[in-house]
Amino acid sequence: MAEYKQILNKYKDLPGGLLEAYHAVQKEYNYIPEEAVREAAAVFGIPASKAFGAATFYSYLKVGKRGKYIIRICESAPCHIAGAAEVIAVLERELGIKMGETTADGKFTLEFTECVGQCQATPVITINSVPYVDIKPAQVPAVLAQCK
Amino acid sequence: MTEEQRIVLRNADNIDPEKIEDYLQTGGYQGLEKARSMSRADLIAEIKKSNLRGRGGAAFNCGLKWSFVPADAKVTYVVCNFDEGEPGTYKDRIIVQKDPQQLLEGMAICGHAVNAKQGYIYCRGEYPYVVDLLNRAIDQARSKGVLGDFSIEVRMGGGAYVCGEESALIESIEGHRGEPRFKPPFPGVSGLWGKPTVVNNVETFANLPQIVLNGAEWFAAIGAPKYPGTKVLTLTGDVENRVFIEVPTTATLREVIFDFGGGVKNGSKFKAVQVGGTSGGFIPELLLDTSIDFDSMRSIGATLGTGAVFVMDETRDIVDIVRRIAEFFKDESCGKCNPCREGTFRCCEIMTRINKGKGTAQDIDNMTRLGKVMERVCLCGLGQASPSPILTTLQYFKHEYERKLLIS
Ligand SMILES: Cc1cc2nc3c(=O)[nH]c(=O)nc-3n(C[C@H](O)[C@H](O)[C@H](O)COP(=O)(O)O)c2cc1C
Ligand code: SF4
Ligand code: FES
Repeated sequence: MAEYKQILNKYKDLPGGLLEAYHAVQKEYNYIPEEAVREAAAVFGIPASKAFGAATFYSYLKVGKRGKYIIRICESAPCHIAGAAEVIAVLERELGIKMGETTADGKFTLEFTECVGQCQATPVITINSVPYVDIKPAQVPAVLAQCK
Repeated sequence: MTEEQRIVLRNADNIDPEKIEDYLQTGGYQGLEKARSMSRADLIAEIKKSNLRGRGGAAFNCGLKWSFVPADAKVTYVVCNFDEGEPGTYKDRIIVQKDPQQLLEGMAICGHAVNAKQGYIYCRGEYPYVVDLLNRAIDQARSKGVLGDFSIEVRMGGGAYVCGEESALIESIEGHRGEPRFKPPFPGVSGLWGKPTVVNNVETFANLPQIVLNGAEWFAAIGAPKYPGTKVLTLTGDVENRVFIEVPTTATLREVIFDFGGGVKNGSKFKAVQVGGTSGGFIPELLLDTSIDFDSMRSIGATLGTGAVFVMDETRDIVDIVRRIAEFFKDESCGKCNPCREGTFRCCEIMTRINKGKGTAQDIDNMTRLGKVMERVCLCGLGQASPSPILTTLQYFKHEYERKLLIS
């Protein structure tokens, strides 16, 4: 695994590179470690408040540990009326956690999201950004079983 | 009956989007070649005359926007708005996934018009697979040399709806929190890193190669005279065929839902359609014969917006849906200005109360007044448009609210 220091340094001279650097760190770690935000402040020569301010503004970026598989459920209106709530209920039951939580073994995290642009087949969830469309509550156990 | 007419989707499923050779074979990059044989002033005049209006929601005349960039500016930028955060919308993804080179060509045409050497595509973070596709397309264009001295870089958004607003998007490319700027100055004068910047939507850019190639008159004659051309629409919700289509802007909502969409799912009765994304107005059956162009939609208090068409059947609970939308705005408000930060919070609070059967007639009055204030005084379009679903449903579906009110 690439060290976040190395990753951040790669973007040091790119104009506006802070967010690109955060994306790159998250791609590697699945989240942004808090120390990486402090390090980013040093690398980009900005106050820590600015580095945290930017990192926490964006819902797609997450400061602090989360699971290996990040399952996000779209709750925007088209997914809402297509039964997102039932999908959420099954996910919570199957994993034994509530939305926003991570399983004790660090494998799964459940998060809400707004529309992910796959509304041709609602409801939609994404697992590590890969969309699963037209998801029926009954399919959830099989989808989870694919996550090894 | 209106037929589909494909301009920006003309190559969809006919070419391999991974191969620039395929695009070149269909006449790709001939528009750019022609544009580069024209003077910058002539090119801008031609686009202005075509009356192409922005496809990102505000419908501003594209050529006119370009003309605001000072002709003697040394450094200028072209920015493609591919944030596509409007719920129910996936048209820009389709346009790019089916034909990425067309977008690059459109941006390069704009680059020639405003003398920009650098373009940025701000693509939403939720589309990492499209970012990869775009980067491969840019590599191919570079190695073929078709873009000349115009460079394009892709930047990833971070899942903030407000970053679709052009000045917030610029802040985000600069690496900051995506909060809208006070205007003026407009980006055409002072945008990215303080330099003149043109921000256009994916679909706007994708129209340019064909407009340059076929001429302004050709384009201006398609669809509605005041908003010519086609529009890519995405059909969602309780419609039989949840598809994307590209139709001339004279198509009516009824045609879109019943001819292209195959009508309401399972033969149910129609209740409402929300056009333009989650900030659009709700439209009842009696207004379905309105055509989809920007001005006709405006005239019925609705908006064409991004071209999302969200259909609801008779069983749907309007108040519950509008409550969900109010929650969306509460979550997505960036908090920079008070009327929106506080207003979206209160709207969501009142909608939740009404939806639970605990609201009063006074709540409806308060929310109506609040919404009207927000439309006028919020800093950016997010806050200004957020009351629209509430106000239009109170206009057309008030009985659904009244049914849920506390009997006092
Ligand atoms: C809250 C908000 C979100 C927006 N989201 C988008 C978007 O996702 N894509 C887009 O092209 N325009 C969006 N816009 C409109 C842009 O500010 C801008 O008008 C547009 O990118 C200009 O391009 P056009 O003239 O080609 O339409 C949004 C505006 C607001 C206020
Ligand atoms: S209207 Fe809302 S989103 Fe726009 S600047 Fe104000 S608080 Fe931010
Ligand atoms: S509304 Fe859920 S993916 Fe678009």
